[in-house]
Amino acid sequence: MRANIVSSLIAIVAITAFFGFAYPLVLTGFAQVAFSHQANGSLIRRNGTVVGSSLAAQSFTGKQYFHERPSATSPAYNADGTTFANLGPTNPDLAKNVEAAAAAILKLEGPYNPGLTIHDIPVDAVTTSASGIDPDISPANAALQSRRVAAVRHLPLATVQKLIAQNTTGRSWGFFGEPGVNVLDLNLALDRVS
Amino acid sequence: MSGQGISQILFYCVALIALGYPLGMYMARIYMADRRGRIELGVYRLIRVDGKKEQDWKSYGGTVIVFSILFWGLLYAIQRMQGHLFLNPDHLKGVPAHLSLNTAASFITNTNWQFYGGEYTMSYLTQMAGLAVQNFVSAAVGMAVLAAVVRGIARRSAGTLGNFWVDLYRSLVYILLPLAVVVTVILVWQGVPQTLSGHATAHTLQGATQPIARGPVASQIAIKQLGTNGGGYYNSNSAVPFENPTGLSNFIELLAILLIPAAQVFMFGRMVLARRHAWMVFASMFVVFLLGVAVNLPAEQHGSQVLRSSGVNLTQGHGQSGGNMSDKEVRFGQANSAAWTVATSDASNGSVNSGFDAQTPLGGAVPLVNLFLGEVIFGGVGTGLYGMFFYIIIAVFVAGLMVGRTPEWLGKKIEAREIKYAALGALFVPTMVLALAALSIVTKSGLASVYNSGVHGFTETLYAYDSQSNNNGSAFAGFGLTNFSADFGTIAMLLGRFVPMLSALALGGALARKRIVPASAGTFRTDGATFVVLLVGVIALTAGLMIFPALTLGPIVEGLMHQ
Repeated sequence: MRANIVSSLIAIVAITAFFGFAYPLVLTGFAQVAFSHQANGSLIRRNGTVVGSSLAAQSFTGKQYFHERPSATSPAYNADGTTFANLGPTNPDLAKNVEAAAAAILKLEGPYNPGLTIHDIPVDAVTTSASGIDPDISPANAALQSRRVAAVRHLPLATVQKLIAQNTTGRSWGFFGEPGVNVLDLNLALDRVS
Repeated sequence: MSGQGISQILFYCVALIALGYPLGMYMARIYMADRRGRIELGVYRLIRVDGKKEQDWKSYGGTVIVFSILFWGLLYAIQRMQGHLFLNPDHLKGVPAHLSLNTAASFITNTNWQFYGGEYTMSYLTQMAGLAVQNFVSAAVGMAVLAAVVRGIARRSAGTLGNFWVDLYRSLVYILLPLAVVVTVILVWQGVPQTLSGHATAHTLQGATQPIARGPVASQIAIKQLGTNGGGYYNSNSAVPFENPTGLSNFIELLAILLIPAAQVFMFGRMVLARRHAWMVFASMFVVFLLGVAVNLPAEQHGSQVLRSSGVNLTQGHGQSGGNMSDKEVRFGQANSAAWTVATSDASNGSVNSGFDAQTPLGGAVPLVNLFLGEVIFGGVGTGLYGMFFYIIIAVFVAGLMVGRTPEWLGKKIEAREIKYAALGALFVPTMVLALAALSIVTKSGLASVYNSGVHGFTETLYAYDSQSNNNGSAFAGFGLTNFSADFGTIAMLLGRFVPMLSALALGGALARKRIVPASAGTFRTDGATFVVLLVGVIALTAGLMIFPALTLGPIVEGLMHQ
């Protein structure tokens, strides 16, 4: 028993030193040298200031911008306090939130999309993402918003569609995952054009 | 369900076998090697143990317990004192007592249940030197115990099972460390942060400020998946883009979840020289894994009633993956979320890349049932396979009863003692889950944890104790921290870890002492398809029947209300 305790204590110190410090620190050193951009949070700079990360959604409310998916974090798109919405499939609040989100979209996009109905709204536009900072919207969601952005910015629709295509992250190696449109990257590209 | 989504899942299955098999052979060699390297011998000298001295099951188990309990104390102390310690750039305060106890128990038992949001509760020191260390250690302990139990099955007329310190060292240094380094590098390349700087602050396009949490994330995520730990760096776990940024990172992490548990089945086959039997065990696990995906994916793709009746477009194709996108991420869609949901609950991983709470009743029932099976479908590193041994013993016992002969497994007679250990190992945890969930819903302090009202609240409670008792750690969420839930959770995790572990070691000890009896015409063959059917049936009957009444109170009622 005594021998066990002594061995355990020495082992605990040794293991903590190696796996708690040496392992993460050596890898941090390597990552900072080899993949400095990713290792520091994929931050995006414009004129020297950090305007966001391509891995985190941020709040867009202006009509000239593409909008992110709903977020359950507080405040919305809090990259320092990610959370699920945790509304069960039968929770009445889920129905209320979806209805409200759909109504807001119809009001916002309707004027630019004659004949738009709720059946045209892709599901990701009215549901919270899992992280609350999903940086992507579905290509269908981007297509829905494209007419508004083009009209507000006085750009040809084709230009906006081209930018959407350029900022669509395809499946990794054309195979893994699902395609998504990175909203921050897209909005930055739009700001550069007009 | 698109062909594309299904082909991603099939490719995953192929990769799992293609990588798991050679890894299993390698691991068998590692655990059977008599030779000890110079560094290895130096380490044994440092911790004052004789690596050549073998232990019987009681001594082995005793060492595991002492080692784990001492580590529990250290982890508790680090959390309480983190406010006064270094590597705390965001100036986080000490963690409250009940939460610290629960979290310490959670990480030493390989559960990684989290009653807290990592990025705003734990300092870099706590994450790195406390929690991340346990990701390695708790996994290595499970792997060591499995190696000992497998030796017990392989040996004949032997009194010992090996040496804990040797098995621990080899699991850590020869298996977990190299894999973790490779996965870390891939993850950083894909976009997972690995830095010691504090928050970044962004000035958004619309003029707001946005703090962005980062840290030494990649090195921790790599081992959290490989060691079936599952505790996230961020609150939303592997759904957060900083933990899991791309389709490729998702594939790698998903592979890491089941890689070692799958490899261990092949390792077992190699070590006891019963490869066909091992393939049958693998097949049994694989069938249940695929069943889970086959239920969860269509249910989620079909979508929840609320979403369907709202009128929004759930149809897959035309630029979206559709379905129930509540608490799911666009870059994963339905197929990758479903595969992950099933893998993480089959293994005792518990990391999530989508929110389980928001899944449809049928979809969400899959992880609930998987957990209840005791995580023997691949299961946790080490723990999964020795948990499966309990069911195998019960299966050959049932087969023996059917034909009226003494049951045998791999040439060893299964007698009363082995059946008792197997029954204890298989039934203790489900019984405890039901008891704790019942206690929680009949007391005021228990009910204080529930977020959603009605039957969904019951499901959340059941899932919370199911997850903690089985050392899974995934959350249906919607289950809040109170002193009551923290302390009962602590009890659930500790007993759920060590009772089955000691049962397995005792079983290994009992089997090691036995002689081999030659197979006869009456021996039930454990290397054919009949065995697969019997084993899956026994798992379904033993665990399935225990949870069925509770399921009818939770997801089944909810599913009916949902119509």
